[in-house]
Amino acid sequence: MEKKATRIGFSEELAILGAENEKIFVIDADLGKSCKSDKFGATYPEREINVGIAEQNAAGVAAGLATCGKIPFVVTYAIFAALRMGEMVRQEIAYPRLNVKIIGSHGGMSPARDGASHQAVEDMGVMRTIPNMTVIMPADYWSARKLTRAITEFDGPVFIRFTRDSIPIIYDDSVEFEIGKAHIAREGEDVAIIANGDTVHIALEAADKLATEGISAKVLDMHTIKPLDVEAVQDCIENIGKIITVEDHNIINGLGSAVCEVVAEMGKGKVKRFGIQDRFGESASYERLIEKNGITVGAIVQAAKQMIATDLVEVI
Amino acid sequence: MTKRTVEELKEFATDLRKKVVTMLYEAGSGHPGGSLSAADYVTACYFSEINVDPKNPKWEDRDRFVLSKGHSCPVLYAALATRGFFDEEILHTLRKEGSILQGHPNMECPGIDIPTGSLGQGLACAVGMAIGLKYDKKSSRVFAVLGDGECQEGEIWEAAATANKYKLDNLIIFVDNNNLQIDGTIDEIMPLGNLVAKFEAFGFQTYEIDGNDMEQILLTFDNIRKTAKNGKPKCIIGHTIKGKGVSFMENVCDWHGVAPKKEQWEQALKDLGEGI
Repeated sequence: MEKKATRIGFSEELAILGAENEKIFVIDADLGKSCKSDKFGATYPEREINVGIAEQNAAGVAAGLATCGKIPFVVTYAIFAALRMGEMVRQEIAYPRLNVKIIGSHGGMSPARDGASHQAVEDMGVMRTIPNMTVIMPADYWSARKLTRAITEFDGPVFIRFTRDSIPIIYDDSVEFEIGKAHIAREGEDVAIIANGDTVHIALEAADKLATEGISAKVLDMHTIKPLDVEAVQDCIENIGKIITVEDHNIINGLGSAVCEVVAEMGKGKVKRFGIQDRFGESASYERLIEKNGITVGAIVQAAKQMIATDLVEVI
Repeated sequence: MTKRTVEELKEFATDLRKKVVTMLYEAGSGHPGGSLSAADYVTACYFSEINVDPKNPKWEDRDRFVLSKGHSCPVLYAALATRGFFDEEILHTLRKEGSILQGHPNMECPGIDIPTGSLGQGLACAVGMAIGLKYDKKSSRVFAVLGDGECQEGEIWEAAATANKYKLDNLIIFVDNNNLQIDGTIDEIMPLGNLVAKFEAFGFQTYEIDGNDMEQILLTFDNIRKTAKNGKPKCIIGHTIKGKGVSFMENVCDWHGVAPKKEQWEQALKDLGEGI
């Protein structure tokens, strides 16, 4: 399967958007080469502001530009976007609902060899808790491109997270996404797997494996965790009742938590969460880090079978 | 804008100070010290120097005003109301539920260009505005008012470096240098050293004045206009007195964030000269 980092999709689409829309500015914090916003900067240098290693300032500069009608993209690593400049995002961007796009590259375990300082396990949770914020993670190169375009057309603050390392390409140019609407990657009836970002392909592989065993798994690509597509989750609960969530993020306060909130309020349905086990990462291969946190095709398949078996026992 | 005499502007400053103490007395909370120290500069901006249209607060060609020391918003609200951005009656709603006059300013209030209140963040926003205005080839300027205390925040210096790199000669900083912060004097809590030298080292064209002296403020604005296009951001270090104009508040640290009681409010109005 062909692989590409989603930051590449972001980079390529942003360069195209730059030609179409003169309002777009990039605020870099000395990570333009790393996050791939340098492609935009090379073509439109007068619209690339590089503030150096100063993320807090980057957020403020973006807010000021947004008040002048610009569409600033603040580009840094996900962990710095969420935490180093978190309060500036809250006060100067989210509170006044300014049209700033916060680009968090190197999400989850994807800066694998860099170790825990650079791996983001809390970022989406932090951003999800800030009022007015929209929080997105695309699943592959094509969804990165499509969603980069979608957030540009959307008026309001957005946090979008990309991967440093390459992940399988699962879509093609024809795929369409709507912010806040789950993308049905696979229809199914026995169990629902709700995943996002770099774990969607794992969910799809698990669904393939389950299919060989006669189990039909629905796979939702929940690219937007806020606003969550509550209806899509409710539909899974009503019609399937068994949900597995998968994410490259702490199991606390990310996709799994968001889904559980809906399930708890409905008072029915079962959930099993897969994600980073509330611990810091380390230097290792990306695949190994994901595996060490139990995010594997085998584990998801086993969990699905177990949920279905338990369900049958209860019915009897 | 109408050319006003120094005497007229001093009267406006006194009027704003009276409004501030009354607003805070009625609200029962808020920040008098820093509002009063900045009153002369805010007056000089809103009644003489800056180009805004109260009937069209979002006018694209307006000058921007960023009160980075957001807790001093009562004096800004008083200036905005007096200029006609909103009805003066609204000043009585400061800090009350449903008011556009929040305890710290947000953009629901006409004339507020960016929300502030968490210190150290306003200058970066002002820098972003100055970059945007320059890109659009507008002659508008950005006026940022900083507290001296908030210059302890690292983000101020990140933003100052950015202003220099992008040659933001349309940015004018005023540091309300009243030498007091919540826990004590600046020198006790965290000395700032020579702010003039610091901003100069960051590439600013600097001015050091008595920030409560209207003539000096106006003269500084004249001088800044003469070197408007020299590629250098401007910084005025204005030495001020926290609580200026109210005898018992002047240079008293504890008047940072406490509202006057009835007798204190009456005394404050007396100090400011009743009648206007």
